[in-house]
Amino acid sequence: MSFDVLVFLIQQMMFFSIPLLIVALGGMFSERSGVVNIALEGIMIVGAFIGVLFIFFVQGAGIRINGQLLLLLTLLVAAGAGILIALPHAYASVHMKANQVISGTAINMFAPAFAIYVARMIRSVQQIPFTNQFYIESVPILGNIPIIGQFFFQRTYILTYFGFLILIVSWILLYKTPFGLRLRACGEHPQAADSLGINVFKMRYIGVMISGALAGIGGVVFVIPTSITFDATVAGYGFLALAVLIFGQWKPGRILFAAFFFGLMKTVSVAYSSIPFLNNLNISGSVYKMIPFIATLVVLAFSSRKSMAPKAVGVPYDKGSR
Amino acid sequence: MKKERHFLSSLSGMNALSSVMAILIGLFAGFIILLASNPAQAFNGFFIVLTGGFSDLFNLGQVLYYATPIIMTGLSVGFAGKTGLFNIGASGQFTFGMYAAILVAIKMSGLPGPLVCLLALLAGIIAGALWGLVPGLLKALCNVHEVIACIMMNYIGMYLVNYLIVTTDVYDNTRNMTMRLSQDANLPTLGLDNLFSAATAGGAARPSSVGSGILIAIFVCVLIYIVLEKTKFGYELKSCGYNHEAAHYAGINEKKGIMLSMTIAGGLAGLGGAMLALAGAGRGIKVVDVLAGEGFMGIPVALLALNNPIGIIFSGFLIAYLTQSGFLLQRLAFAPEIIEIIIAIIIYFSALALLLKGAIEYFIKGKKKDARIKAEDLGTGDFKTGNNDSEGGDSG
Repeated sequence: MSFDVLVFLIQQMMFFSIPLLIVALGGMFSERSGVVNIALEGIMIVGAFIGVLFIFFVQGAGIRINGQLLLLLTLLVAAGAGILIALPHAYASVHMKANQVISGTAINMFAPAFAIYVARMIRSVQQIPFTNQFYIESVPILGNIPIIGQFFFQRTYILTYFGFLILIVSWILLYKTPFGLRLRACGEHPQAADSLGINVFKMRYIGVMISGALAGIGGVVFVIPTSITFDATVAGYGFLALAVLIFGQWKPGRILFAAFFFGLMKTVSVAYSSIPFLNNLNISGSVYKMIPFIATLVVLAFSSRKSMAPKAVGVPYDKGSR
Repeated sequence: MKKERHFLSSLSGMNALSSVMAILIGLFAGFIILLASNPAQAFNGFFIVLTGGFSDLFNLGQVLYYATPIIMTGLSVGFAGKTGLFNIGASGQFTFGMYAAILVAIKMSGLPGPLVCLLALLAGIIAGALWGLVPGLLKALCNVHEVIACIMMNYIGMYLVNYLIVTTDVYDNTRNMTMRLSQDANLPTLGLDNLFSAATAGGAARPSSVGSGILIAIFVCVLIYIVLEKTKFGYELKSCGYNHEAAHYAGINEKKGIMLSMTIAGGLAGLGGAMLALAGAGRGIKVVDVLAGEGFMGIPVALLALNNPIGIIFSGFLIAYLTQSGFLLQRLAFAPEIIEIIIAIIIYFSALALLLKGAIEYFIKGKKKDARIKAEDLGTGDFKTGNNDSEGGDSG
């Protein structure tokens, strides 16, 4: 394998790993607080849709704005949209003690229908196009470093570094702040947390809202580098992020590792034709597309036995129960 | 009056009523969305949503045709649900069953038609069952949550079927989907298609796509109902769902139960796929990267029926009815996805059963209070308040 191919693979891998990382971290906050969030897929779709729609309108109105600034604004918008769509899930799971998988499924069904409906009402087709003004050919100074520069600071997006920033902040938030301790307590033993004066409902709401914000951001982060339109789908990425979360054992460091693993699988499935060795095998693209999902099943089969899931995840908190 | 009140206060009545309320809220939200997107046509559009499926016999026939696969996937989700498993993998099982049926129907076209049809249906059941067995195995042996395993199996099934369609030579290049099946391999229509037809401008009646599939689906629902409610086997599976520790203590092999339950659920969804392929309406599998929607529609169908096999027949009709209305809605330039939005909202509110039950309780109790006051005001002594109170106790 030539060096160029390796560089290409690593650059591609970033495009696929970073959204997985961000969304899985989002899922982590929700599940660590005790709420299963199967709605990550749907939230990603809503975040990506609102985000791309925002870019579409800004670019359509002819507003001249720095590409990176626009991208950061888009992430904010997407985070807001993600929180809004996650709130019904939080309400159902926390206040209403509903079946969390079902309310998540409802959001997953709602999101693509909503995106297509609104897009067709606005543009009469379901695709929302955008002009990619966010691409960075080479980061100043850092891009000139040999090897490392080529791997991580050329042909990239600001999103990659944003993803790592979220990872670091998440780690600090979860392990080094009182907030993180309280959040984790609510996911492990909410009765104990409550007895110490922690508001379990509030912590769980916050957990789900953070997951909404990050999944919304993750939607944009997935769409921008890999497409030129948004077509009301994120190709099962939210579900893969869920698998990353489980494989990562609900811990930020391991999630990073898991995200890279799945990102690599996904890269192979998309970029196999650019890898001479795989291209020579002459296998259909559909087979490669299966790889990330098969890999997930295999990995889960081996890693689920000694699962370190938060103990109270998926169980509605009932003050009266013992 | 008294009897009705008693029904509403009972648990099953309360559950049924909360499903009805979820449907009403979903429809109301749909109306709001129609109003927001095009106020001039909103009332006409909503009228179509409510009455579209009944507007003529042809549309009613189409409702029955759409109901067939989603009753089967609904039954698949519902059956697994009764045993404590959430089968979100009906989509993959459905697709794989549909593919197996198409493969058999094309490869064995030399045999007599009815035999081919039977073999294709069997192939569909087996393929679907196989696709359900995998998450069952993973759950029973490796502790992998069935939801995540099912989701992965959906995607694997979709890509694998796309691959197999091309490599096993059942691919129709020009339409980018599976080949048409020969007419004599199809399920018999029993004249239902001509019964449910509408006269066209040309004078000839336009038959709908309904066939004997809907009868098979209803039959299977009744069969599953009997298995679950009247047999020891069904009782064991259900007891795993209610309390798997107690089931284990009672000597029931819960791992076997999980695997069997997922296998049967997969077989039901696979049969649904096979019946859709053999319905004679020209439906095949398109080679695109989209998961089969029929599988996901099984979720609201099962939820609204509270996993009851008989209830699933009716909720399947309801969802199919809304889907057909969605097609008609395109006449007014509304996107048919509005129906999916409505269904998603219905699912959401059926998850909020607690809220709805609370509201119903409040409503019933509030009404009682009114009635009591009225009775006192009028001084009619024969109004039995005491009796009402004892009934109120049931609902609490």
